[in-house]
Amino acid sequence: MSKPVIATASLAGCFGCHMSLLDIDERILGLIDLVEFNKSPIDDIKTFTKPVDVGLIEGGCCNSENVEVLRSFRKNCKVLVSVGECAIMGGLPAMRNGIPIRECLEEAYLNSPTVDPEDRLIPNDEDLPIILDKVYPCHEVVKIDHFLPGCPPSADLIWEAVTALVEGRPLQLTYDLIKFD
Amino acid sequence: MNDIRFTIDGKECLGKPGQTIVEAAKANGVYIPVLCHFEGLKPVGSCRICTVRVGGRFMAACTQPLIEGMAVENTAPDLEDMRKSLIEMLFVEGNHLCPSCEKSGNCELQALAYRYQLMAPRFPYLWPRRDIDASAPLLMLDGNRCIQCLRCVRACRAKDGRKVFAAVDRSHRVKIEVDKKLAAHLSEDQARRAMDICPVGAILRKETGFAVPIGRRKFDRAPIGSDVEKGTGR
Repeated sequence: MSKPVIATASLAGCFGCHMSLLDIDERILGLIDLVEFNKSPIDDIKTFTKPVDVGLIEGGCCNSENVEVLRSFRKNCKVLVSVGECAIMGGLPAMRNGIPIRECLEEAYLNSPTVDPEDRLIPNDEDLPIILDKVYPCHEVVKIDHFLPGCPPSADLIWEAVTALVEGRPLQLTYDLIKFD
Repeated sequence: MNDIRFTIDGKECLGKPGQTIVEAAKANGVYIPVLCHFEGLKPVGSCRICTVRVGGRFMAACTQPLIEGMAVENTAPDLEDMRKSLIEMLFVEGNHLCPSCEKSGNCELQALAYRYQLMAPRFPYLWPRRDIDASAPLLMLDGNRCIQCLRCVRACRAKDGRKVFAAVDRSHRVKIEVDKKLAAHLSEDQARRAMDICPVGAILRKETGFAVPIGRRKFDRAPIGSDVEKGTGR
């Protein structure tokens, strides 16, 4: 029987959740025996090559590319998991959410004291993804099946959740595993 | 005066005349979650987290006095779900970024979310724009985290009895402001009490953040209310 397939993505995140996934110590050897990775920054596979059992999403959606990747994950993954505070509620990038997008861009590219006076320009190349009005949590864009809170979620929480999901048993998320910070 | 007999979810309990349901429940080792209520302050019943059902009617357990023969429902699934939805509403109505909040681990709103296993709110986030007021020498007010429980308004007074904090505006625009003249003369103890009385991280004592390491904070190990259930609560 072929091994369960996992895919991961980092949207508007800091890769801290991926670091926490790698922080499972020697269990990482067991993980390699247990699952196969498909599209993921961990193995650098860029596009889905087969149906995926569990998709892990780090980060929320701050631009059109994030939305596109998230939708492709929803399409290709049987179970989709929001991993970490940014995926669940926007996190640090969402601190801009109360501020109009024009104000954010002007502050970053026109008015900031570190902007070169010769180079005041809001990036607007057609190859760049379009920035969204707000940073959206993943579950406000697609259906999300499970949530792993934390900044980052502890390695133990990720291990418990991933093994439970690939083995098809219910998640046992004890009190000490659920933390928002 | 005689004790009052009542039940909570069928458990026989004894209370004293004049006690509220929350106080009597606590004395009987039953936890009813509270957020706007703080022991020693006059209850106002504004957050409704403590909602219980008696005789088919919903009531705030922090303000409702005990009545002989009351049959209080506290943990019915629909009640618990309603409480959870209230916590979710408080999360989406403000900007609660736990990872960057000094109160994380000691925050009662967060602790209730842990207790009710709140993973993601069922409501969309509103992302209101709120102000931060750091003008007081010892305190910082962060409106992003304020849940308008009015605990600070009720608890914090200057020596002459004047209120240090007050609610301004109405409805969803209501916000807490500090009297700048009074705040300028707060003692170290008063500032500490203002921070402690705030259930969330809206009132912070400046220059002392993150003093307790992760793992030793108030709600790191055991859920909020477990001291009451074990009978070790104050």
